[in-house]
Amino acid sequence: MEICKLTACQTAEMIRKRELGVEEVTKAYLDRVEKLDTSLDSFVTVCNEEAMDSARRVQKRIDSGEAVSKAAGLPIALKDNICTMGVKTTCASRMLGDFNPPYDATVSKKLKAADTVLLGKLNMDEFAMGGSTESSYFKITKNPWDLERVPGGSSGGSAAAVAADFTTFALGSDTGGSIRQPSSFCGVVGLKPTYGAVSRYGLVAFASSLDQIGPITKDVADCALAMNLITGHDCMDSTSADIKYPDYLEFLKNDIKGMKIGIPKEYLGQGLNSEVKEAILNSLKQLEGMGAVCEEVSLPLTEYAIPAYYLISSAEASSNLARYDGVKYGYRAEKYTDLLDMYKQTRDEGFGDEVKRRIILGTYALSSGYYDAYYKKALQVRTLIQNDFNKVFKDYDLIVGPTAPTTAYKIGEKSKDPIQMYLGDIFTVSANIAGLPGISLPCAKDSKNLPIGIQFIGKAFDEGSLIRAAYTFEQNTKLDMEPAGLSTLI
Amino acid sequence: MEITIETIEHVASLARLSLKEDEKIRLTSDLKNIISYVEKLNELDTSNIKPMEHVIPMKNVLREDIVNASYDRNEILKNAHESGEGGFKVPKVVE
Amino acid sequence: MDYEVVIGLEVHAELATRSKIYCSCTTEFGGEPNTHCCPICTGMPGVLPVLNKKVVEYAVKAGLATNCNIASFSKQDRKNYFYPDLPKAFQTSQYDLPLCFGGAIEIDVNGVKKSIGLTRIHIEEDAGKLIHDAWADGTLVDYNRCGVPLIEIVSEPDLRSADEVKAYFEKLKSILEYIEVSDCKMQEGSLRADVNLSVRKRGQREFGTRTEMKNLNSIKAIVRAVEAETKRQIEELEYGGTIIQETRRWDDNKGESYAMRSKEEAHDYRYFPEPDLLPIVVGEEWLSQIKAEIPELPDQRKSRYVEKFELPEYDAAVLTSSKIIADYFEAAAAVNSNVKAISNWIMGDLMRAINEKEIEFSNIPVAPEDLAGLIGLIDKGTITGKAAKKVFDIMFETGKKPMDVVKEEGLEAVNDEAAILLAVKEAISNNPKSVEDYKAGKKQAIGFLVGQIMKATKGKAQPQTVNELLVKELEK
Repeated sequence: MEICKLTACQTAEMIRKRELGVEEVTKAYLDRVEKLDTSLDSFVTVCNEEAMDSARRVQKRIDSGEAVSKAAGLPIALKDNICTMGVKTTCASRMLGDFNPPYDATVSKKLKAADTVLLGKLNMDEFAMGGSTESSYFKITKNPWDLERVPGGSSGGSAAAVAADFTTFALGSDTGGSIRQPSSFCGVVGLKPTYGAVSRYGLVAFASSLDQIGPITKDVADCALAMNLITGHDCMDSTSADIKYPDYLEFLKNDIKGMKIGIPKEYLGQGLNSEVKEAILNSLKQLEGMGAVCEEVSLPLTEYAIPAYYLISSAEASSNLARYDGVKYGYRAEKYTDLLDMYKQTRDEGFGDEVKRRIILGTYALSSGYYDAYYKKALQVRTLIQNDFNKVFKDYDLIVGPTAPTTAYKIGEKSKDPIQMYLGDIFTVSANIAGLPGISLPCAKDSKNLPIGIQFIGKAFDEGSLIRAAYTFEQNTKLDMEPAGLSTLI
Repeated sequence: MEITIETIEHVASLARLSLKEDEKIRLTSDLKNIISYVEKLNELDTSNIKPMEHVIPMKNVLREDIVNASYDRNEILKNAHESGEGGFKVPKVVE
Repeated sequence: MDYEVVIGLEVHAELATRSKIYCSCTTEFGGEPNTHCCPICTGMPGVLPVLNKKVVEYAVKAGLATNCNIASFSKQDRKNYFYPDLPKAFQTSQYDLPLCFGGAIEIDVNGVKKSIGLTRIHIEEDAGKLIHDAWADGTLVDYNRCGVPLIEIVSEPDLRSADEVKAYFEKLKSILEYIEVSDCKMQEGSLRADVNLSVRKRGQREFGTRTEMKNLNSIKAIVRAVEAETKRQIEELEYGGTIIQETRRWDDNKGESYAMRSKEEAHDYRYFPEPDLLPIVVGEEWLSQIKAEIPELPDQRKSRYVEKFELPEYDAAVLTSSKIIADYFEAAAAVNSNVKAISNWIMGDLMRAINEKEIEFSNIPVAPEDLAGLIGLIDKGTITGKAAKKVFDIMFETGKKPMDVVKEEGLEAVNDEAAILLAVKEAISNNPKSVEDYKAGKKQAIGFLVGQIMKATKGKAQPQTVNELLVKELEK
């Protein structure tokens, strides 16, 4: 038995039954990371000693009967924009290269309280801005299916690490598709929860009204397990929803009979790679075969979601990233003449190109005379897009479509053209705009043996239906999901 | 309005970014392209549409006026590039 | 040329909450630098704000007490600018939907009443402090004040003179003190004003170009700054110059203002709705709860003093101008019904002593009951009015009880008719000229004789007895 090939649920169960020791599991993962991540570059920080220490502590708690969480002993890893007390949190930026937060994000706290073991922090696009993890200041993460290709982004490190069995599961963050798209590229399961379902406290803000933390897992059952650990009301986050959160494991039912699924015609139109389209159409047939009622619907404003998204997210980012000025933490330029120059040099040297591009766009969109034309307009379009979804959700339980228009592309292929890169978010941004939950899971592989993701979008706070549909789909479509690129290394 | 290199310089100055000449040129063309792309939104009539500031309809999220212990000062200062005498140090500020 | 000055005030008051506006750090004044801080108020990556409920309630209270409308829907916005005292590089404030709007307060300058409009009151967070001399090569930043809640009270440009500005500011301060939403300690920066000022030729309709003066943290400074800036602008115009719209910093030591370098760059605050904070909706029920907590305000109290205590308008206005003074007065009035005497003493000797000793009214060493007691001693004839002044000074010096001072100093009034008669007779025989004058009809000559008698009895003779006996003797 290969420990790292087990799912999180399987591992946790074996740990509970004392068939596996926490140290043994942790060691297996750390060894695998050490051996293989030199080729994949998915981790920014690996916590070798701390992980073994906490593994010992957790094992003790399990032995004494104190650890009761269903995830006790699971080695996990976090995207490097989720604050971890005492462990560097860099956002893959030179700006925060040495930042060591004196506090934990709420999700970090919850995962600690659930007796999981932190293996380390995962690579990403700088400040989560990008769709390929190429904009990391530190390294370019490779796709485990093909090392010449990107893992997607911005949670590319998280998706690659899960696909490569470097961790039982990982957390990512999703502002416009940053969990779902890399999950699709790497052939794993990624869920972006409803805005407000997971606390954002301690998630380094990119676009506050869109950001949401979510799990990236090996399968749908692990996704439900992870959701149980991270959702919940948090009084440290004003936008956290104070509602009763269900036990997501209860939705792991192989049954979608009668479930009404809408397929937006806009999601199968222009710009969609033909192999991806074919795979999705085939999946729809499979869903019907499982008893779902699939019908074509329309989300006419789909093409407006990207421009609205880029205006809103960049405007918020320009403000959120203003605090990086070399005073309180982070990088400060070596040479400067005075305070103003210190600010300008620090920010010019500390941020990468994509971040600066967004800051410029966002500052411009908020600046005097342009606010109404750009930012306010985008917020109005946001209202219209949400109305679109509300209409469809009156008659349908779920919306289904592709996660991304293509499969993983070559490193360097799109990084020169911002708009081409932005268009990769076409099927994911709408869910962020409307605050809705979305899950991506593998549905097929293309002719290059690269995974294709299918996306389910649900009603607000109805992650349960997403999990149920995804689980049913997964159980009835057995795919061989062994990343090919990685096997060449072993 | 047309986006020129001066536009970029003004915006960069608001955002406290000291851009190199080649960056300015690149960003001018990037911003031009992005802005002409986002102007697609003008195809939509939004005259009576309320801008959505928050995606979930919540209000009055408030905390009680209770004091908790502050952080140890060393924890607050430890990530600063330059600190001392209990504070963050910055180049001389002229008011 | 005759000019008219047009002034609007932006008053910032720190709210007297225990914890900061968005985190649970203390708002206590002072403390070693950066010891009242946490990741939230120092703007560390990933932290989020949660609004203090008391901040809303205090701001609404201030709005109600200044006749504002209270917004049923209000939101918070980010005001973006870079400055080392602002750790997030934006100040969370309110832009287009403030909590309170459209109020007014009445001022009285030399008996002329005028209503000054309030544009709005909004909530926001205070910034940190820059310490310029702690470190030779640069500036030290202290974030202790960062996140202390503020209300900004913006007036209409309704003020026309330094006197009006003073009256307005004092009235506002008094209201805030009455409703106890701010301690209004100007020396600690919890109350401060920015002055927007322009001049125009009298009769001209449009406003002149205005300047904004910042950093005014005493009433004296506000008045001086208004006077100096008015003069500066008029002189500038008289010599053919123009006024530049700019932010100026008042230097109270030099008595002049100068344009601020750091604010030279064109302002573009790029306000936008704060996505991390949700709307504030003050519904009927909440509003009436807050309303119920509003105590009697200065104007109401003033009317009560006129009606109930039958005090002159002037006395009532002075006494109620500050809550502490009014409370002091009422504590004294509860013990002694001679309210006019209490009022006279407070407005006279008490105020004089406070000014001389430069102490805060809240630190007066004479308890109100003791002032009432002192007045009681005069009323009963135990001491003379003259001796009372001496007793008061000692009480103010030492905090002792009036009767103790009287005994220690031997200041009891002499009311022994025989002794006083002796002094009366002596005065008559020693001052024949005055006696003659009196008999010739110059009744005021009696004053001189009384003075002589009081002198002879070391001020302790009961003036009433002296008068009676003297008149009796003279009429003989």
